[in-house]
Order: sequence, then C-alpha cells, then structure tokens
Amino acid sequence: MNLFPSRRPDHLTEKPLHVDDTKPLVAKISVFQYIALAVFLFLLSGFWDLQILKEDYYAQAAERNRIKSQPILAPRGKILDRDGRVIVDNHSTFSLLLSRENLKDEHIQYIAEGLDLDMEDLVDRLRRYEKRPRYEPIIIKEELTPADLAFVDSHSGHDMFPEMELLHTQRRLYPRDGLAAHVVGYVGEISENELDQPEYLSYKQGDIIGKDGIEKQYNEHLMGVDGQRRVVVDNRGRERETLEMKEAIPGKPLQLTIDLDLQAVAELAMENRRGAVVALDPRNGEILAMVSRPAYDPNAFAGRIPTKIWREIINNPEHPLLNRAVQAQLAPGSTFKPFVALGGLEEGIIDDEASVNCTGGGTFYGRYFKCHSVHGRTGLQRAIAQSCDVFFYTYGNRMGIDMIAEYSRMAGFGKKSGIDIPHEASGLVPTPEWKMRSFRQKWFAGETISVTIGQGALTVTPLQLAAGVGGLATGGVWQQPHMVKEDSPVAPARKANLNLENVSKVVNGMFGVVEGGTGARARIPGIEVCGKTGTAQLASNTLLKSAAGRHIKDNGWFFAFAPRTNPEIVVAALYEAGEHGSTTAPIVRDVLKAYFDKKARKNQPIAAPSLAQLQPRLGGMERGAF
Amino acid sequence: MAASYRSFRDLDWLLIILTLVICGLGVLQIYSATLGTIWSDAWWKQIVFLSVGCVLMFVFAQVDYHSLLGKVPVLYIGSIALLLVTFIFGTTVFGSRRWIVIFGQTFQVSEFAKIVVILLVARYLTEIKSDPLEAREILKIAGLVAVPMVMVMRQPDLGTSLTYIPILAGSIFIAGIRWQHYVVIGVAAAILIPAGWFILKDYQRARLVTFVNPESDPRGDGYQVIQSKIAVGQGGVWGRGVTRGTQTQLRFLPVPHTDFLFAAFAEEHGFVGVVVALGLYFLLLMQIVQNAQMASDRAGLYICMSVAALLVFHLLVNIGMVIGRMPVTGIPLPLMSSGGSSLLSVFIMLGLVQSVRLRRFVN
Repeated sequence: MNLFPSRRPDHLTEKPLHVDDTKPLVAKISVFQYIALAVFLFLLSGFWDLQILKEDYYAQAAERNRIKSQPILAPRGKILDRDGRVIVDNHSTFSLLLSRENLKDEHIQYIAEGLDLDMEDLVDRLRRYEKRPRYEPIIIKEELTPADLAFVDSHSGHDMFPEMELLHTQRRLYPRDGLAAHVVGYVGEISENELDQPEYLSYKQGDIIGKDGIEKQYNEHLMGVDGQRRVVVDNRGRERETLEMKEAIPGKPLQLTIDLDLQAVAELAMENRRGAVVALDPRNGEILAMVSRPAYDPNAFAGRIPTKIWREIINNPEHPLLNRAVQAQLAPGSTFKPFVALGGLEEGIIDDEASVNCTGGGTFYGRYFKCHSVHGRTGLQRAIAQSCDVFFYTYGNRMGIDMIAEYSRMAGFGKKSGIDIPHEASGLVPTPEWKMRSFRQKWFAGETISVTIGQGALTVTPLQLAAGVGGLATGGVWQQPHMVKEDSPVAPARKANLNLENVSKVVNGMFGVVEGGTGARARIPGIEVCGKTGTAQLASNTLLKSAAGRHIKDNGWFFAFAPRTNPEIVVAALYEAGEHGSTTAPIVRDVLKAYFDKKARKNQPIAAPSLAQLQPRLGGMERGAF
Repeated sequence: MAASYRSFRDLDWLLIILTLVICGLGVLQIYSATLGTIWSDAWWKQIVFLSVGCVLMFVFAQVDYHSLLGKVPVLYIGSIALLLVTFIFGTTVFGSRRWIVIFGQTFQVSEFAKIVVILLVARYLTEIKSDPLEAREILKIAGLVAVPMVMVMRQPDLGTSLTYIPILAGSIFIAGIRWQHYVVIGVAAAILIPAGWFILKDYQRARLVTFVNPESDPRGDGYQVIQSKIAVGQGGVWGRGVTRGTQTQLRFLPVPHTDFLFAAFAEEHGFVGVVVALGLYFLLLMQIVQNAQMASDRAGLYICMSVAALLVFHLLVNIGMVIGRMPVTGIPLPLMSSGGSSLLSVFIMLGLVQSVRLRRFVN
C-alpha cells in the first residue's frame, strides 16, 4: 500500500542525518509536556471556577436571559352615570414597548423621530427607569397612530430596531368637550413624587393611576390588577414558549349619582362662562350634576401627556384644572341671607313684626353701609325676595357674629362636606377667635355687618351652598353629599332641631325671590321654584371706584330648589364675573327644567314610533338617493 | 505487500481512535447546537469532511515525509501564491477575505498554509548544524515564516496568523537557543506587542478592550464573552443535557457550532464532560509527543512537535476564549468545530505524524 516510494531526497542522502541525534532534543520534549499540562490545568481551573464555584450565578444569568416578563394591562372599570349610561369608557389601542435589554443608544434618536416623540422626554424616561431591572420593557408611546404602527411594522425587524414591540392595551376614553371633566378627573402615569409617598406603596413605576376626580378617589376600585406573562425568548426576542400566564383582573365598573342629561344641560348653560354648577338631591345627598368651567379635555391626559401640553394647561390664567364646584371659595353674597334669616327666627331675634325702613342704606358703628336699592318698609319675606341688605344688617347685627357663625356651621359652611372627590376646599366662617388666631387682631363690629349679607371674610364653595340649602329646604336634614351610587346611605345625615314654621317662613321668602323677586328669571311654569340670588363683591367699594378696580366684575350666585314642599333637587350656580345673581338664575332654571322634564317623560311613557310613521321618511331618502 | 501490511498495522491506532472520539463529540455537539437553524445540516457535512480527512490522513501517512520536505521550496512558493490569489479573488465573509472556491467548495488557504509552515520549519532546522541556533538563523527562519503570516494577518485574520507562531516557537525551543536569545526575544515581544496595538484594526482593538472588561460593551463585542461564560457556568457539574442548553438552543451563544462550540459543549455536558473532552485532547497530545520522541530523525521530531505545539495553542486560545480567559480571536477548536478546512488540515497534520511514526525504525 506504499503509494510513494520511500526515497530520501538528494540533499538528505548526501548529508545523512545523524539518526540518533534526536536524543538531545527529546529532553526538551518533556519541558513541552509540562507546558501542555500547565495549559490544561489553566483551562480546567477556568471551568472549575465557572461551572462549580459560580454555577448558581450563571444559572440565574441564563434565566434572566431567556425569561421575559410581559405585562398584561388590566382595563380600568368603566364609569357610569346613575342610569347606567357610560361616561368613561375604554378603547383598544396599541402602545409601544421598548425593550431596554436590546436597546442600542444610537437607535434612540431614530425611534424618537419615527414615532414623533420628543427626544428629551424619551431620554428622561429612560433615565427614570434605570433602577428597574433591564429585562422589564417600558412603554414609550401610547395610542399609536396608523403612521406609528406602519413605522413599527417596517422597522421592528431584528436587523433594524428589534427593541420595539407592540402592546395591545385598553385606553381611557373620556367624553368630548370636557363634559364632566372635573368629576371624573383623569388618569396618568404615577410620578416619582407619588411613588415616594406611603399611600402609593403598592404601585410601581409605570402604573397608570387616577390623578384627579373620581379616577383618583376610586382608583383602587377602578384600577384592577395587571396580569403578567412569563415567556421563554431567544436572543432575537422571539417567543418560544409560555411559562406562566397570570390573567389581568379588570377594574370594576363604578356607577355615579350623576345624571348625564342634567350634566349635559348644566355644561351647556355654562358654555363660555367661568364658574360652577352643582345639582343634588337633598333627600339623599346624591350629586346629580357637577360642572366647573372652563374645563379641559381629559383625553389629553389619558396616559402620558406631552410636557408641552401640560405646561399650557398649568399656565392657563383661568386655571381649567381647578374644580370650581368644590375648590372655589368665594363670598356667597346674598345667597347667605336665608341662613341668617333662619338663625334669627330660631333665636327669636326675627319675628313676624320684624321690619326695617330701607332708605338705601344704614349707618352702623359709624360707617355707612349701602343697600342696592331703596326698599322702604320691609319685613322678612320681602327682605328675602328683594334681597334688602338693610334688614339683614339690622337683624344680623342684633344676632352677633357668633350666632351667625353657629348657624353657618350648622348649614355645613366653614368645613369640608366630605364629598368623595379630591381637593375639596373648606371655605371659611369668620369669627372673632378665628381672626385673633389667624391675624392676631381684634374683630371689628363692622365686619359683622358685612358677614350678614354674605360678604367680608365669609367664603363658601358652590357644593357647600347647594348642600347647605338642601338641608335648610328639607327642614334641617343635611345629607352627606356623594358622587357614587350606593344602596344604603353613605353616612348618617346631620340633623338640626329646627322649628318647621321658621323654615317655611324662610322657604316662602325664597319662593318670593323666584315668583316676583330678584330671581324671577328662574321661574318655571307649573313648578314651585324657590331660590336666592347673590351678587358678591370681590373688592371693596373704594377699590371699585379706582381705575384698577373698574374691570373687576362681581360674581353672580344663584341657588334654587323645587318643589317648595318636599324638594327633590337643589341647584347652585356660581357665575364668576357674572355681575349679578339674576344673570345666574337662568343657568339654574335650565337644570331644574331638565330635571322636571325628564321626570315627566319617565312618568308618561312615550309611544314608540310605528313602522308606518318611519316609512315615508325612508322612502324620501331613497328618492333623494336617485 | 508485506511492507504495506506492516505499515498499516504500525499506524498509531490509539491516536486514530482518540481523534475519532473527539470528532464524534464534535459532531454530536454540532448537531445539538444547530438544531432548528439554517446550519442544521452542518453535522452531516462535518461527517463528510471527517471521512475525507481520514482518507487524507492515511494518504499522508503513506507519503514519506522526507519527500515532502524535499518539495518545501515549491510548496512554500505555491502557498504564498495561493494566499495572494485569496487576497485578490477570495470570497469575503464577515469583512475578511479568507476563502477561495475550488470545485464549489470553499477552502481557507491559511489553514493549509500551516502545514507548509510546519514542513518549512522542520526542514530548515534540520539542515542547520549549529547547536544551539545562531541569531542569524533564527532571524532567517522567522523571516520565512513571517511572509505567509503577515499575508494572513492582512486578510485580515489575526487569529489564524497567530497560530503560525507556536509552530516556529515550539520548534526553535526544541532545537535549542542561547539563553541570551530568550532575553532578546522577550524584550522584542515586550516592545512589539504594545506597538502592535497601533497596527490592529478597530474591531481587533475592541475585542482586546472587551477581553479586559466584557461589561464595557455587553451588547457588542463583550456580548459573546458574557454569553459564553453564562453558557459554561450554567452547565454546572453534569450539564443541561444534549439539545437542552438554553444558551445554545435559544441562540444567546454566538456561533455555537464553530468558534464557541466548546461553550455549547460545556453547557450541555457540564464539568464532567469538559474533563472528559480535555482528557481526550491531552491523551491525543501525549500520543503525538510520544511519536516525536520515537522519531527516527530530527525532521520527524520537529514535525510532530510543531503539530503538538499548534494544537496546544489552538486549545489554549479557543477554550480560553470560551471561559473568558483569552481574548476573542475567532480560531476554531481543532477536530470539534464545524468547518472543513480546519478539520482537513488537522487530519493532514495527523497524517504527517503517522508518517513519522511509520518511519521510526531506521532501515
């Protein structure tokens, strides 16, 4: 089998090698053997280190490599009105997940451009997530537009930007034009500040939580629990198998006491005005409508709001985020008078003979206090109906500030009502102690005179006014105002032992307001509406006379309830810079009318239109089409 | 016929068996590592190359290595010409021209040039009578080796070009040099290696940087080392089992059938498997060394020792890379890694070793 003859080349045969001279070299071979052994031991020690000593560490590293957690976002519960109609809904959208494990720094710019994101915002977001494990992907854009989806579709291949992934989610869908915006509030991503606070302990970075309104108040009820999928992925992020599947638990729906019909009417009535409307049922404290204007579009907040839009809203001088219904603390003006009247009657300071001769003002404690008109001889009923200041100056002065304060607090002024909506303000009922405590100053007797007509340091919120009136109108039962429909009362009502005769005297005065007094514009034929106007000065008379004060317009207030006996609804409206309570009255009337119209419709079932009635219309359409 | 019978029986069968067992482990691991990928037929190709390699080994065992030594000038010039052809017409893969296509099959010329370098060094050192070597002669042989080495380096293929060094260094060490020359070589290396930094391409520098600190670029160059160490580490004592290593199967491990094959092997067979594989390699080496010791002349001894030194270098650099103790240079694991050229060249070298063995008795 020897293919090649074993012939030594000439140069070797000529100078034959010393055949046994390999000996001196063989000794060095053993040195080589030791070197080889050393190399093998060096390699083996490496395997010993990795496979025996650090096995657990690398086994965990391998797990982290291959197992990816994917959030399954729980849809928030819907928010419904009292009739079960949807106020806040969810809709399906896609969000963009960015896998930071695969993220290449040089891709950030392209991704930001492709998705029309602000580069700064994106980098800032990535920075905030640095403390979280890198295998957790983050959401960088929600509500992807068709253009975004096309971008992701064409660029998410592993040779382009494999770090991009789509996530199917449910997004909040709020009513348009800011309808009930302040009631429902909005959701947003939990902030770093919030994460540091103990009440947000159970939440984590990236959670979408209620930021205001009902969304905030009932966040836990609405939120649900996110699920999670643990999947095995390969180095390209492709899923190979599902290890664990924890379904999301959707948030529970929440039914409000709000009546969308009334809400819509109230919103329309407040269109292009600044102020608030609160409608409630005095029998149980249910809020039927709550409007604050100007409003904002919560849809802009639903998720991650771009910094620019956020700044615009924050810097708006009209403060659209403010829920004026519970946060505006303003002097109630003459709407306060019925409460003074009730106190006076209860304490026996005002009786049937009580009257003043209004000459357009009166001097108290050396200062002249004006009335807005000359009322002549005026008793209690006329004083309320025509809103005579002199009557209240006189009898309020006799009652004294402490007594007025006592009846104010009885009506619920000066402290939060406890309504289930965030950021409620308490308003202020001034007393000598309050003044001493706050300003280290003595109470001037003249200040009492201002308070009697709802001016001075006295402030209330529209909600407090509505709730206070409700209690008065029902004869001294103040129900806890609340937003969420409950079968049983949310809290025991506050009751005051009032003389119902006194109550009906005040109520009759308020009936006079609408029947022929300052609030005549709130009249609704066939319904006994009782109300009270209020015109609250924002500045002192001296300031108003100055050039700077000329532009400051008075706030208009109006509240009304109906029917006169066993009232079912109270509506209070604040019309900022409305100049007079009488301009505010139509707003309240619209809401009342809507309430009673709806009630009438309910009692009188409407016959469904018959097919015969519909057909001519259809035929007409067909002809039109030809 | 009697001569052929004796020579057939006289083959180093232990060496052949060790080689085939190692190759068998390689094929198994290639199969496991490429399951469900576009390379899933690599194990079959490997078997084909293995068969061709065995034939080549027998052929080269029959050839008298002296006749090959006689043709060194022709082989040397021929290999340089082929390297030039590769450099000009070669197929570019991963930005490097290393392959030429012959009969529809790609060949990595630099792998075969190794054999020529082995023969060249053996012949050169054999012809020198001085003992120890003179500086002039060391420089001459170093210059001769440097020509193909620099050409390979320019492909660029730093890893393969470096494999020419152990052939030269091993043989010179065996031939014996003055201790002063060791000092000079040491000093020269100390100067040249930092200087070499400036010759390196950017990606080669990056590899060295990430070798020192893999975390500096966990998604780029450091990625391979990190993933390789994870694969090896999670193998533990007994391994994850064939086709069950997650690092390998989910492709976190880069090129698990070629350069990082041993990481895949370590993941699926554990420390026990590693000890067995390294033990087999060690026995193979010792078998080659034994043939060197029994060689009838210096030329045969040099050939065997060059092959041994080359294999040790390959094992050190490839397996060292897999455990993060050597920089990523991209040289294959002899006998196990998928790849025809490397496999065939190792089989030819083993054929040369057999040839030396068959001619160990002086006539």
